[in-house]
Amino acid sequence: MTWDWQVFLQDDGSGRTYLEWMLEAWRWTLAVAGTSWLVAMVVGALVGTLRTLPERPVLVRLANAWVELFRNIPLLVQIFLWYFVVPKIIPAFQQVPGFVLVVFGLGFFTSARIAEQFRAGIQALPRGQRYAAMAMGFTTWQSYRYVILPMAFRIILPPLTSESMNLLKNSSVAFAVSIAELTMFAMQAQEETSRGVEIYLAVTALYAASAFAVNRVFAFIEKKMRIPGFIVAGTGGGH
Amino acid sequence: MLGLDLAFINWDILQKFVLGGFVFSIELTVIATLGGIFFGTLLALMRLSGKRALTASATFYVNGMRSVPLVMVILWFYLLIPFVIGKPIGAEVSAIITFIAFEAAYFSEIMRAGIQSIPRGQVFAGQALGMTYAQNMRLIILPQAFRNMLPVLLTQTIILFQDTSLVYAIGAYDLLKGFTNAGKIYGRPEEAYLMAAVVYFVICFALSWGVKRLQAKIAIVR
Repeated sequence: MTWDWQVFLQDDGSGRTYLEWMLEAWRWTLAVAGTSWLVAMVVGALVGTLRTLPERPVLVRLANAWVELFRNIPLLVQIFLWYFVVPKIIPAFQQVPGFVLVVFGLGFFTSARIAEQFRAGIQALPRGQRYAAMAMGFTTWQSYRYVILPMAFRIILPPLTSESMNLLKNSSVAFAVSIAELTMFAMQAQEETSRGVEIYLAVTALYAASAFAVNRVFAFIEKKMRIPGFIVAGTGGGH
Repeated sequence: MLGLDLAFINWDILQKFVLGGFVFSIELTVIATLGGIFFGTLLALMRLSGKRALTASATFYVNGMRSVPLVMVILWFYLLIPFVIGKPIGAEVSAIITFIAFEAAYFSEIMRAGIQSIPRGQVFAGQALGMTYAQNMRLIILPQAFRNMLPVLLTQTIILFQDTSLVYAIGAYDLLKGFTNAGKIYGRPEEAYLMAAVVYFVICFALSWGVKRLQAKIAIVR
């Protein structure tokens, strides 16, 4: 077998080269992953925090149910549900573009995982932190806002990093509902050009590079947010 | 209800379309778990061996697998296996090989953590008894590591079971495909997806509940 990287300069039949198509697909991947990440972080942080609220059994149960629901159904099936079933049951969703439906699917799926991290992070804090906030006369809201969440967030940064990288990789599942992202490109371009190895190598490299970039960004955040004197998990010890 | 008619799914359809796919999904999960743990343990031992070439190659393999989406790995293997063995291969066989290779990377990280969680004194005790490296691993370290990591290994198996639905990418006939086909043929795709979701949910929810129970049990024994 010989290499043929020229394949990327060929016209794909619509006036653009395969290279241009691939870069556009990469932008779709980043768009799907980025938007889903926002949804997942906001919902995940909220749901995860609700699960730790004292004396709010109904909210805790609802939040737990959220996590169990979105964690125990495969992502691909969830995306099919959002794409095919939800618009059928709720007519208002028929006008919603496929991109947004996929973002719901991927975002909520990941939110369950992130909620689990937030819960674990909050519960990993010594009880004394909560009591200290109470002793200061903080309301529940204030103690979460000023004491518990800032500490918990720092503790869970390492697992949040890997969940964010997982989210990026999981965005590949969007191919199943014809979102024009990298995996979709890989499958179609492989079929059209029969240069599967070159195409897959390029796509794989883009995925790996993107995941690595996410990793570096989080490492940077972790470094910036480190509080001297506190030993936070995963950083190899504090001062 | 809501314009859906779930009643179209009856025992006949389940048996004709879904059962075969269900069996394959379970088969794939079990084989990939056992194979993944076996090769994953080998990878973990390589990484902890202290021999630079072994450590480097195992690390390269594990990190490589873990930085690529599973769907891409499935596509890669489906493309490359026929090249290597020189004849076409079925989607199902390709899926089994892919999942073993892919899951080995994830299981190796779990086993590595498990092995490292065993106090050094255990290793020294084995050595003091005159055990070889292999005996020490097989009789002292690995059984304990395996036991400590059992809940994590099972949780990974549940994730693996969910991930088997991704063989959709190469058209292998699994549980999801069974429902999809039934939905297409009977003109009720939405209901079929909903039923698939329910089946996956029930299985995964029950399994994760079981893992939680097991975890509590193990914690008490220790």
